[in-house]
Formats: sequence, C-alpha cells, structure tokens
Amino acid sequence: MEIVLAIIVGLLYASGIYLMLRRSLVKLVIGLVLLGNGVNLLIFLLGGLVRGKPPIIPATESILGEIYADPVPQALILTAIVISFGLQAFAIVLIKRTYIVVGTDDLDEIHSTEEEDDY
Amino acid sequence: MTINLIILPVLFQFSLAIILLFFWKNILAQKIISIAGSIVAVIIAVGLFSQVYEQRIITMQAGNWIAPFGITFVADTFSTTMVLLASLSSLAVAAFSSVTIKKARMKYGYFPSFHFLIMGLNGAFLTGDIFNLYVWFEVIIISSFVFITLGGKKAQIEGAVKYFTLNFLASTIFLTAIAVLYGLAGSLNMADLSGKIKIIENQGLVQVTAILFLIGFGIKSAIFPLYFWLPDSYHTPQAAISSIFAGLLTKVGIYALLRVFSLIFIPDDFMKSLIVILAGLTLVSGGLGALVQTNMRKMFSYMIVCHIGYMIGGLGMFTAAALAGTIFYLIHDIIVKTNLFLVGGVIFKINGELNMKRMGGIYDQYPTLALLMAVPLFSLIGIPPLSGFWPKINLMQESFATSNYFLLGSIIFGSFITLFVITRFWAEAFWKKIDNPVRKPYIIYYDQMPQSQRLLLILPIVFLSFISLYIGLGAENIFRLSNHIAAELVDTSAYVQAVLEAQKPL
Repeated sequence: MEIVLAIIVGLLYASGIYLMLRRSLVKLVIGLVLLGNGVNLLIFLLGGLVRGKPPIIPATESILGEIYADPVPQALILTAIVISFGLQAFAIVLIKRTYIVVGTDDLDEIHSTEEEDDY
Repeated sequence: MTINLIILPVLFQFSLAIILLFFWKNILAQKIISIAGSIVAVIIAVGLFSQVYEQRIITMQAGNWIAPFGITFVADTFSTTMVLLASLSSLAVAAFSSVTIKKARMKYGYFPSFHFLIMGLNGAFLTGDIFNLYVWFEVIIISSFVFITLGGKKAQIEGAVKYFTLNFLASTIFLTAIAVLYGLAGSLNMADLSGKIKIIENQGLVQVTAILFLIGFGIKSAIFPLYFWLPDSYHTPQAAISSIFAGLLTKVGIYALLRVFSLIFIPDDFMKSLIVILAGLTLVSGGLGALVQTNMRKMFSYMIVCHIGYMIGGLGMFTAAALAGTIFYLIHDIIVKTNLFLVGGVIFKINGELNMKRMGGIYDQYPTLALLMAVPLFSLIGIPPLSGFWPKINLMQESFATSNYFLLGSIIFGSFITLFVITRFWAEAFWKKIDNPVRKPYIIYYDQMPQSQRLLLILPIVFLSFISLYIGLGAENIFRLSNHIAAELVDTSAYVQAVLEAQKPL
C-alpha cells in the first residue's frame, strides 16, 4: 500500500509542478490544487499506515495495548485541507478577476510594470 | 506552569478584528478603534516583554495537554521582542493608513484584515509548535492576499498572481518539510524535536528536510535566488500596506529560519557555508537590482532583498556574536523598513511622482520634514551613530573571525550600494530643483491636506524615527538584548526545559 501511495504522491507533485510551469492561469490553479493534495497524501503516508486499528482504548483497559493508527496526521491533514480549500477559492476568484482586468489567461502577457499614480 | 498572558497579543488582535467587522461601513469608528487598539496592543506587548525579559521563559499549553502532545505557546525573549516590534510598527501603520488608504478600500475591510494580519504575526512569533507555525503563516498570507488585491488595479492583480503563486508554493514546501519531519521524528513540538532529531539514524534525510525548510522560508523571506517575486509585487499596493509587508512579512520568514535552525537543525559546516553563500549573493543581487531602478518603490523593494542578506549571513556564521548581530539587524530593520515605505508614501503625497527623475525640491519646500526623513534613510545606510551601523560592525567582525571573506566583501558591497542608492535618491528627490511641476488633479497633495491629516501622516514617521534613534544611540541596551537572545538561540536548553518541564495538569 505504501508503495502505491508513494507513487501517487510523486505523480501529484510532478503534475502539479508541471502545470504550474505552463502559461495558462487555469492550469496554474489546477497545479496548485494537485500540489496541495499531494502534500496531504504525503502527511498521511509518512504518519504511518496502520490498517483497521483505531486509537480507541477498550472499556476494559486503561491504555492502548497494541499498535494503533496515529490520529495526529489525520488532524494535520484536516487542517491543511481546510486551509488549502480557502486558498483555492481565493485563487479561482483571483484568476477570474485577472481575466476580467487583464483580458488574457496567458501568464506571459502578465508583465506590466506600468507606473501607477496611486500610492 | 501555564500562563495565559502569552496568548493575549493574539487574542487581543483577534477580538479587535472581530469588533471592526461590526463597523463594516463606519470608517471613522474603524479608524478610531484600530488606532486605539494598536496603542493597547503596544502596552500588552511591553507588559509581556518585561515579564519575560526580567524573569524567565513562560509557556502555555493549549487545553492543558502536556507538551509535547498539545500545542504549546512559548514566550522567550526573542519572540516577545518580535511581538513588541510588530506592535510598534503596526501602531505607526494603523495611524498612517487612516489618512492614506482610500475610502473605497477601507469600506472593503481594510482594518479587519490588518488586525488579522497582526494576529497571524503574533501567533507565528509565540507558537512553539511547528505545525501551528504553518497555520499562522497561512493566516498571515491570507490576510496579505486581501491587502495586495484590495483596489483591483491592473498592476495590483498582476502582482497578486505572482505573490499568490509563490506564497502558495512556499507554504506547500513548508508543509512537505513538516510531513517529512513528522515521519522522521514523530513529533511537532519544536522543543521536543530538538532532542529527538539528534537520535535519528537517517541523518541524510534530516539534511533534506532542513533544505526544504530553508527553501520554504527562503521564498517567504526573499533570499537569493528565491526573491524575484518580491520586487514584482511589493510595489503594487498602497504605501501603508507596502510598509507593513516590508517591515514584517519578510522578517517573519527570518524569524522562522532562526528558530528552526537554532532549535531543530543545528547547522553543520555544509549548511553554514550554503547559508553564507546565499547571504552574500542576496546582498549582491538585491543591491544591483536597486541600483538600476528609478521607480522609488521598486528601488525600496530591492533594498528589502539586499538587506535580508545581512540577517541570513549572521545565521550562516552561527556564532553567538554573529547571531547577536543578526538579531540587532532584525530589530533595526523592522522599524527602519516600515518607516522607509511610510516616508515613500509622504514623498509621493508631496511630489505626486514615483519616478525619482521627476521628483525634487522637497528640501526647499519642507526643510524640517526633509530632516525628519533623513533619519530613516540614513539609518538604512548605517551612518554612525544611526541604527544600521552597529549590527554591521558586529557582522563584519564575525566574518573576519570565522574567515568568511566572501560574506565580508558582500557586506561591504551591500553597504556601499545602499549608500550610493540612498544618496542618489536624496539628491534627486530632496536637493534637485524642478521647474513648474505638473499637478495631477486626481491626487490629493500634501499641501492640500488639512492640518489634522498631515499630523497623522507625519506622526507615525516621527514615532518610528525616534525608535530608530533610540536603537542607534542606545545601542548598548539593544546589544544587551540581542546578546541575551543570541545566547538563548545558541544554548536552547532553557527553552527546551521550559516547554518540557514536568507540567502536571492542575
């Protein structure tokens, strides 16, 4: 299972970075989304995969006796998902605005360093 | 023992932002609450600072979970100094923005976002948990996205795309580093990690993680070769916003670097020389970038990049004296860079120009004001006895002592470039005469402003200049402080002990 996840994480990173290097704004955002998901899976993978052992102490005992699934990575992923959700929502609005204001979704066209008298 | 006072700077800014949200349309109330709140924030920060400086490191365990299992907040001298500096510059910027930010922008939540940003900064300075640090970084960048897009002008939106992408990428790399670190050490508490990282067998992977942290924070703090997004985006928002970005946002990256590399990854020789080389190149490339600019704001943006090199250089040498120089420079830089962009805002209000070729005559028109503006400008160069001078001396001595001659050369080069750029700017904007300047009808010029507004424009600069003067003239106090902090960074046992000491739940 680990090997499959590792390959998926690698693919997500690679395709995310590839899409970020493209000229299209939409692809840039999709790249960011993929990269964000890749990180979440990486946290999950590195937290250690344990099958079917929730960290719940049985009523008859006072401590966990055997190996259990670490709940911390899941909490981290949950936080990271919420954050990246917010950022992605912002990114989508931003590219829409950019398209309206600049009139193109080509990143190469976005280079105006015009001076603005608005400070 | 858990002391809840630590969380007060964070909670206070948080409640301030929420209160401001209730006054969404009432700009006057927002201004008053924001300035008054920032004054209270300074008092809180001074209280926290004096308590920590005179006594000892205080900690707070969230939810009374014993460290390293819960989220820990730690206030040592370093973090409280940073909180104090952040509150001082945010007070100045709050006052300055109340007259310079356009009404339409204030109506779209300028002040609430401002206090959310300061909350994020305070949180980042005070947390003792690496994942929590990531969360505070996200709070900071989300608020800064609001700032950088507020107004929606073409250049701003274009700057925002670059700013957003690079910051998102930096956060992703930072999070990747945290994931690897957690996989290696199984802990997120920085004090706990500092012990656990040494007993990991696979030190090669530890090095890789350290590099990932260096890249993640390096993008945020704009070190060579990761700085190119900064001059492309920092000049687009309004003066008050740029000044808070310049003063604090890149410095929080430096803070995080200092924390992570003193507490978790103690730099070995390879790491040291890598950081030192990066520092030298940052100084040189930032300086050369500033040299060719004629746009005032772009020039100042490159100055930010250039001066990051001093701080990174001190970290790279990693001796107590060099770290003291870094801390001193950090203290000086936060105040002076905030002030620099505020000065830029006032110059724009006087001249109505951003290109320094078309500026001029400020010394003629406003001699006293010019004298005031000389303080931050010459502090930036480090003309003795102003504040930039002392840390540079310290850093130069240390680069001699550790025979880092490349860094020494870069420090001298960076200082000369700064000297040249600022004196050229001074000659152009202050001394040069301009014949019949063209007045643009859509700008409210400085001499058209009512007296009360002018006062709000100038007082923040006076305030920050006084702090700068104090840093320069009372250098022995600041050196005592920075030596204290550097000693804490070199010997982290007090920090670790304060966090991990047997903390029985009450």
